[in-house]
Amino acid sequence: MKLDFESDKPIFLQIAEEIEEAIFVGAFPEETQIPSTTEISTTFKINPATVLKGMNRLIDAEIIYKRRGVGMFVCSGAVAKITEKRKSDFYTKYIESMIVEANKLGLSKNELFKFIEKGMEEACHE
Amino acid sequence: MSDRIGIEVKHVTKTYGANKALDDISINFQKETIYGLLGRNGAGKTTLFNVITNRIFPTSGEVLIDGQPATENDYAQEKIYMMSEQNCYPETYSVNDVFKCTKAFYPDFDQEMAKDLCKKFNLNPKKGISQLSTGYGSIYKLITALCVKADYILLDEPVLGLDANHRDLFYQCLLESYAKNPRTFILSTHLIEEVANLVEQVIIIKDGRVIRNESCEELLSSGYSVSGTIAVVDEFIRGKKVIGETVLGGLKTVSILGRCEKANIPAGIEITKLDLQKLFIDLTNC
Repeated sequence: MKLDFESDKPIFLQIAEEIEEAIFVGAFPEETQIPSTTEISTTFKINPATVLKGMNRLIDAEIIYKRRGVGMFVCSGAVAKITEKRKSDFYTKYIESMIVEANKLGLSKNELFKFIEKGMEEACHE
Repeated sequence: MSDRIGIEVKHVTKTYGANKALDDISINFQKETIYGLLGRNGAGKTTLFNVITNRIFPTSGEVLIDGQPATENDYAQEKIYMMSEQNCYPETYSVNDVFKCTKAFYPDFDQEMAKDLCKKFNLNPKKGISQLSTGYGSIYKLITALCVKADYILLDEPVLGLDANHRDLFYQCLLESYAKNPRTFILSTHLIEEVANLVEQVIIIKDGRVIRNESCEELLSSGYSVSGTIAVVDEFIRGKKVIGETVLGGLKTVSILGRCEKANIPAGIEITKLDLQKLFIDLTNC
């Protein structure tokens, strides 16, 4: 988990995203406990209320849930849910910004497709 | 009346001759919240603490602690502990003596934790307090404050003279202590960047008045920074409130107050987070 204090993204959002990422890559498996508010707060020296605000976002999204007196746990089906969300974010997050940059560079549609093909080929070889 | 909780500062004014150290200040400090009290030297931070802890009397106005008047009221003052910059103990005292003395006034004082923290900070508690360096002079007082279980802990310039490692360790110990025993901490400081993520609420005072009282996030959203080539940036900032700028070759970075309309950002301009220190300097400038 890492936080960027220089970023213009609020810390609570970064917390939510970092926990989500950790669940997505399997670092926090479903139905297991995630680090406590206190652990995260003391590790990064941030106010526990900020951490809680980030976690509450994930609770609202039904990615984690609270077991009273124990802590926060990852919901069953959280990974599938995150995958779905990321797919729908893919267009706005990557495609739109890619096209903005491509236009700045004056790349044609064909050149763009070639780059994508090249990228996919290289990913296969790795 | 008993359901009123927190510290309520109501229209407090403190004058020294013609000088108004506190000018009609009203603030509420809620239970179990960490506050940052920021202001330049002489802004009135310590005076406010001294009024709350009844070390001085306000010229007018009043302070209530959980609904009880703070003035000449032992019952209310028991709930508060203040760590001050000045040394309030006899010079012959050792750190251990200070712990003992504090325990006499605050029976809940956690001596085990104090011992533990001394180890963490590498402080020998047998040492006399007058032999300590500036940094350790703050550290023994910090340790004392973190081990008191009063509902309201006031820390006046807690990191004075502490090196970066010790400041970091202190912030961590503060959050651990808060997690174990949630209570109100008010930290007075002028290092806004350092406490920005630590505190829930930032209070900025200037010339004895409260000029900001909001979360760090709200404070940050009161402005933004832009950077780009000089011509583009100059065009963009026309008519906007600029609070600081730096030029590096042909590149210009400017801090701006106001809401950032993300849709109206011209090409070639990059938006970044507002520099808190710059905002603080601008807000507190005369």
